[in-house]
Amino acid sequence: MRLSHRTRNLLRAGVAVTLAFIYVPLIVIGIYAFNGGLTLEWPPPSLTTKWFGEAIDNQGARDAFVTSIEVGLAATAVALLLGTLAALAVSRHRFFGRETISFLVVLPIALPGIVTGIALSDTFTQVLGISLGLFTVVVAHATFCIVIVYNNVAARLRRVSGSFEEASADLGAHTWQTFRYVTLPSMSTALVAGGLLAFALSFDEIIVTTFTLGAGDQTLPIWIFTNLFRPNELPIVNVVAVLVVLISIIPVYLAHRLTREEGPSARGAPVEAEATAIP
Amino acid sequence: MEAAGVAAEAQRRSVGRRLADLFHGRPWLQRGSLLAGPIGWLVIGYIGSLVVMLIAAFWGVNALSGEVSRTFSLDNFKEIVETPVYRSVTGRTVGIAAAATLTDALLAFPIAFYMAKVASPRMKGVLVVAILMPLWSFYLVKVYAWRTMLSEGGIINWALDPIGLSGPGFGTAAVWLVESYLWLPFMILPIYAGLERIPNSLLSASEDLGAGPGRTFRRVVLPLAFPAVVAGSIFTFSLTLGDFITPSLVSPETQFIGNVVKANITNNLPLASAFAVVPIVVMTIYLLIARRLGAFEHL
Repeated sequence: MRLSHRTRNLLRAGVAVTLAFIYVPLIVIGIYAFNGGLTLEWPPPSLTTKWFGEAIDNQGARDAFVTSIEVGLAATAVALLLGTLAALAVSRHRFFGRETISFLVVLPIALPGIVTGIALSDTFTQVLGISLGLFTVVVAHATFCIVIVYNNVAARLRRVSGSFEEASADLGAHTWQTFRYVTLPSMSTALVAGGLLAFALSFDEIIVTTFTLGAGDQTLPIWIFTNLFRPNELPIVNVVAVLVVLISIIPVYLAHRLTREEGPSARGAPVEAEATAIP
Repeated sequence: MEAAGVAAEAQRRSVGRRLADLFHGRPWLQRGSLLAGPIGWLVIGYIGSLVVMLIAAFWGVNALSGEVSRTFSLDNFKEIVETPVYRSVTGRTVGIAAAATLTDALLAFPIAFYMAKVASPRMKGVLVVAILMPLWSFYLVKVYAWRTMLSEGGIINWALDPIGLSGPGFGTAAVWLVESYLWLPFMILPIYAGLERIPNSLLSASEDLGAGPGRTFRRVVLPLAFPAVVAGSIFTFSLTLGDFITPSLVSPETQFIGNVVKANITNNLPLASAFAVVPIVVMTIYLLIARRLGAFEHL
């Protein structure tokens, strides 16, 4: 489209404003991690790195961190298994109700978090008689992480032709051999990307977590949420917040790199990126 | 010892092999075993839970013991509809969700258009990463960042003070601002993908036929991209409806649907469940409208 210089520059200004809107809060929180003062006054009166040490030594934050990692790994493992199975079924088979599968997997994340949270909490406490704890959080996280793995793997399987698997079978390989030597290698990076994104999603989820977590346990986001109302803990909360950003940005970035190289470059990259991003 | 290991290995392999033979030529069995896990988990586990929630919404709470009493009544829904506070909570939440959605559409369109039709391929890649990075991650940290920025001595008041203004502080306006911020990437990406789908030749044709950029935008780009905007709005709208963290951090005085659900979960689970039906009803209506507008092809 031919645009005048003025329109082009206006557009550029709009892009700059939107990017600033997205990134300024993250930069501000990054600076607060080095805040030498005890309040959230801007600008910080002085800068220091001492809160990083204090945060790393903080037992509550450490425990919450370990809990978050455990929950994230367990939920990711379940999501990898179920998401891959569903993606294989949808991509390689025809059956009645095939179209509803993608709707089914996206539902737990498309519905507001409070709905998923309270529905699972109702079922655990009222019907199954399971008291809330880490197990219930893992089940809840796995439920909304399935879609991430499913989308990544299904997008990959759409691109890899099923005729390779047929060829493998024709050459005498049995079901497992075909899976092990043909299907699995072709979707391995999609699995890693899906797993990384699922982990990142679980790592900082808070809404469903508050409804399914037991009284005694804390994930890192829950720890932040309870401590940010305590003025004494604020400097440590600021540091932990920055660490959370770093820990969840790395898997997201790696996942993007892993899936970016597929397809014809310029056109393929954004489309694949979209597949990983939007459930 | 080793012989036993080899024997066990052979045994295992033969079990695997037998299973493989079983699957061979029986696609229905393959389908069944692929689907059993995911369908079991999502239909029995998740949809089942939603049904439990819907049933629990009709239960009550024993006034004396505080225990959940499993007797069917419409009292919870009556209470939600008839209590003025609950009505205004619902109105406020839906209003903020609509306002945030509109704000996001306005902010997202220029950058999505720039990414799709103006930027070089390299720049496009950089922008996609820049939008994608903060999409899923650190939701709580983002809300917290805004809490610090909106607070009394925060950066917003500091920046506005020299020109004699002050920021919105904590309250409903802050919720609108933060919700718009949180879900903006969810609006940008579908619009960008929708704009990418519009062939450049259509824009050239419009120009060749004498339309200026403004007219091409209004008569060609906007109608074609509108379903993508609606697709993005599904996320911004739904995610705002269910948020209770943002209100509790930047608007402690006002209540939203999520806060009411959260506040009742320990003492009145049936009422909390009934109130959680409100966003489901709102979202169902929204999705029906979105489908009519053709948004589903852009999800």
